[in-house]
Amino acid sequence: MTSPHRLDSSVRAGRVDRTRRLRGTVDGVELSGHPGDTLASALLAEGRIVAAPSIHRGRPRGILAADCTEPNALVQLHGACPEPMLTATRVELYDGLVAESLSGVGRVGPEADTAVYDKKYVHADVVVIGAGPAGIAAALSAGRSGARVVLVDEQRELGGALLDGTERIDGHPATEWIGRAVRELVELPEVRVLTRASAVGCYEGNYLLVAEKRTDHLAEAGPQQPRQRLWHLRTQRVVLATGAHERPMVFADNDRPGIMLASAVRSYINRYAVLPGQQAVVFTTSDSAYTTALELLDAGARVPALVDTRPDPPAHLAEQVRAAGGQVYPGSAVVGTGGQERISSVRISELDEQGSLTGTPREVECDLLAVCGGWNPVVHLFSQAGGTVRWDPVVAGFLPEEPTGSLPKVVGAARGTYDLAGCLSQGLAAGAEAATTSGFRVAVPPVPPVAGDRPSTRPRPLWLVPAEEGTSEQWHTHFVDLQRDSTVADIWRALGAGMRSVEHVKRYTTISTGQDQGKTSGVNAVGVIADALMAGSPGEVGTTTHRPPYTPVPFALMAGRDRGGLHDPVRTTPMHSWHVAAGAVFEDVGQWKRARYYPRAGEDMDAAVQRECLAARTGVAMQDVSTLGRIEVVGPDAPEFLNRIYTNGFAKLPVGKARYGMMCTADGMVLDDGVSMRLAEDRYLMSTTTGGAAGVLDWLEEWLQTEWPHLGVHCTSVIEQWAAVAVVGPDSRAVVGRIAPELDVSAEAFGFMEFRDTVLRSGVPARICRVSFSGELAYEVNVPAWYGLAVWEEVAEAGADLGITPYGTETMHVLRAEKGFVIVGQDTDGTVTPLDLGMDWVVSRRKDFVGKRSFARPDTARTDRKQLVGLLPMDPQQQLPEGAHLVDPDGPRQPPVPMLGHVTSSYRSAALGRTFALALVADGRRRVGEVLCAPAGGTDIAVEVTKPIFYDEEGVRRDGRQYE
Amino acid sequence: MLQIRCPWCGDREETEFRYGGQAHVDYPRDPAALDDRAWGEYLFVRDNPKGEFAERWVHTAGCRRWFTTVRDTATNQMRAELPSARKPVM
Repeated sequence: MTSPHRLDSSVRAGRVDRTRRLRGTVDGVELSGHPGDTLASALLAEGRIVAAPSIHRGRPRGILAADCTEPNALVQLHGACPEPMLTATRVELYDGLVAESLSGVGRVGPEADTAVYDKKYVHADVVVIGAGPAGIAAALSAGRSGARVVLVDEQRELGGALLDGTERIDGHPATEWIGRAVRELVELPEVRVLTRASAVGCYEGNYLLVAEKRTDHLAEAGPQQPRQRLWHLRTQRVVLATGAHERPMVFADNDRPGIMLASAVRSYINRYAVLPGQQAVVFTTSDSAYTTALELLDAGARVPALVDTRPDPPAHLAEQVRAAGGQVYPGSAVVGTGGQERISSVRISELDEQGSLTGTPREVECDLLAVCGGWNPVVHLFSQAGGTVRWDPVVAGFLPEEPTGSLPKVVGAARGTYDLAGCLSQGLAAGAEAATTSGFRVAVPPVPPVAGDRPSTRPRPLWLVPAEEGTSEQWHTHFVDLQRDSTVADIWRALGAGMRSVEHVKRYTTISTGQDQGKTSGVNAVGVIADALMAGSPGEVGTTTHRPPYTPVPFALMAGRDRGGLHDPVRTTPMHSWHVAAGAVFEDVGQWKRARYYPRAGEDMDAAVQRECLAARTGVAMQDVSTLGRIEVVGPDAPEFLNRIYTNGFAKLPVGKARYGMMCTADGMVLDDGVSMRLAEDRYLMSTTTGGAAGVLDWLEEWLQTEWPHLGVHCTSVIEQWAAVAVVGPDSRAVVGRIAPELDVSAEAFGFMEFRDTVLRSGVPARICRVSFSGELAYEVNVPAWYGLAVWEEVAEAGADLGITPYGTETMHVLRAEKGFVIVGQDTDGTVTPLDLGMDWVVSRRKDFVGKRSFARPDTARTDRKQLVGLLPMDPQQQLPEGAHLVDPDGPRQPPVPMLGHVTSSYRSAALGRTFALALVADGRRRVGEVLCAPAGGTDIAVEVTKPIFYDEEGVRRDGRQYE
Repeated sequence: MLQIRCPWCGDREETEFRYGGQAHVDYPRDPAALDDRAWGEYLFVRDNPKGEFAERWVHTAGCRRWFTTVRDTATNQMRAELPSARKPVM
């Protein structure tokens, strides 16, 4: 069975393989075609030109184009790899394809995309985008130099517009020249050819993104075969041979199915051997559509009218059409169409010199209207890269300005050169030049002779064909953007609202904001605006900005393999497997997985945290603190350096002792905090917050390298080298005593903020430090990372009879908040000084340090800044949401409501038997005792302002049980 | 994406670097000697020219070293010659 509109192979062979038949369904109706068909060409071969109704107005629409400019024929693909929104002109037919027509909006399915997507990063000397005649020529001449060349084309085979025509090169059909070129390119070892690959982004520094489809056209792909691949290309030179897109025409009822771009008609006839209509009217502003008319006639269609806006089209062209049996109407325009679903007639009127209608219109029957409103050079990538365009009245299009510096070189139709000889000559020259400037000197090869070239005399663009009735603001069926259902009337409404910039009109009318990004509508909209504003040319209106991607790119492709567990590197501590086995719930802290709490059977987070807190306050508990940032600061000037970086003094810290330190940015705001140990006269081990470690190292390096290079100091991150266990609680001394028998752990022998190097009972060397982030007696046992798990288990075993309880970050947060210890980044946000936190004791008055001068700035010195306070909800069981705003209970409740501050930390305390919170509140220290109000979810929570310390204010628990 | 020339590592992708803002804004020798306006200028005020701009970068994902280079803010073209590897003099 042959599809009714497929041309006999004696008329047109086409680029389809008729020996094989492929079957799919569209909208539940079976469809058959051949390898080489797109969904659109297969549909047209069966006479199915109608697409889904338009997005807003539900008007019948049909296939308009044969390439990525298609605005109407959107489809959703079902099956193994569903795709929500593709153009039928870009989907290759395969066996088993199931598609559904879309009215402008696709749907993402609920199931995860299981296909494999990957990425390649490639360096090249010359990248050529587009493999029409100019691009192939450029790749050949550049490739012969030995340069690394990548030739990229979005089609399944090379050739571009040559595949749509009947031109001859070197005395042979152009397809033979293409075949020879492909064979030569394949044999050049440094040349890589990518087909089914769209250059979607062209960035500064000659960086390109290319989206390659690898298995989309196959009925089945291998299990690990990437479906698509994203190429990142960095190259010395770029040659853009991206061709030109044909423009439709703007006239009344110009959206009826059966209206098709003249070049698309040609493409369907020659490339796909499909005749999209039997009775065709051609409506043109330039020479190119005469070829369409001749090929329609040659393929067996009738052409009752070729309508040319130009009063004096080239005589030889008109004569050829007449000789082949067509009729030519010069100086005329199609002013309206008739038909139910599909076009059945057009009305043709003569034009006067100004483009106004004159004479009596005539009606001509047809089932196809091929339109050519002129050509738009495809300057998208050039513009993305930073190139500028200018209006050229001769070719009636926006052309790239001559590039400067390393901007891409544009050749062929993309720069308005529409003759084949010109395309070949520009391509050969640009390829040789690009190779030569990349260091691969090569001569420009001779241009082969050509025949059957596209004629081109000057076009007469007509941006707006008047309707027979009414005025522009009433022309609601003169469609400018078919995908967005936007019309001339919409543009007039935008202009009437006072808009003049095309960027504004675009956003007001939504023209060129569809999936096709206005490939058929953008320049026409500029033309209509120019016409309405009576501007001299579209160049005076200008264009909208071309942004990547050139054609839509699936998110899955951008993600590549960086999904799920590979989305971001995951850091785990040496004890991670133990936490997993213990059933810990984890939280992400930077890239670290930290145990958040260890629920027992039947426990929720609150219950687990209460239990863990009680263990730490009344017995003994342990936490994996290996993730804390650790930086060794080494060198003769290390003491001086830390003195400048920390707000408090470190130069006089004795060896063997540790000190809490805070660092600020130059504007006086808190940057990070942590405890640093002095290991030797010239050596400190600084600890930082888990999340701030990398930033602090950068910060130290910046000052050392750029401001104080004379200081002899080196900084090295040693996070990965250490594992650390915090042993916390009144019974911690007993546990540490058991694992470290050589150590005198008594309060007298081993004071707070001191550390000792020792060897554990197990033989593992350890550094044990008496630090506490909970207020309880606590030890931090640091061992080489390799021993982390063994020592963790050793501690657990040693404390088993004392009920030692592992705890996570949530319990740590509660314990420290009960003591009013801040967490940088949670209780601070880059606008908070140490003084705002009430930590005057950490700010040295004697020495200078980074940020000190800022404390005297008028704004920083204000006494009513937001300050850290505690909050106790009046209802002791009610827990404040973190982030809740705090307002005056007697203040106005209608916006604007003055904000006094916000909650930074909020917990339920086992030790207090109630809820509590920390907050930053304007003039907070003076408000202690006041009642404020936190509006939360429709109810007000009344809170009393307190000092930011709730537990053991005297600090008596730090040294452990008093009886010891 | 920019390609940036690190004086020590050569041409590398922009994602390996962190931006450090305007170059040659030295930390004042004696901050306490500055009045509030001058200190505020040091903290917050930077040039924003259209054209050539001397700026700092740090090769965070490479050698972690700071350097100064000149970029045209209108075209993002960076000076072709090697940026300064010289450490500033105190």
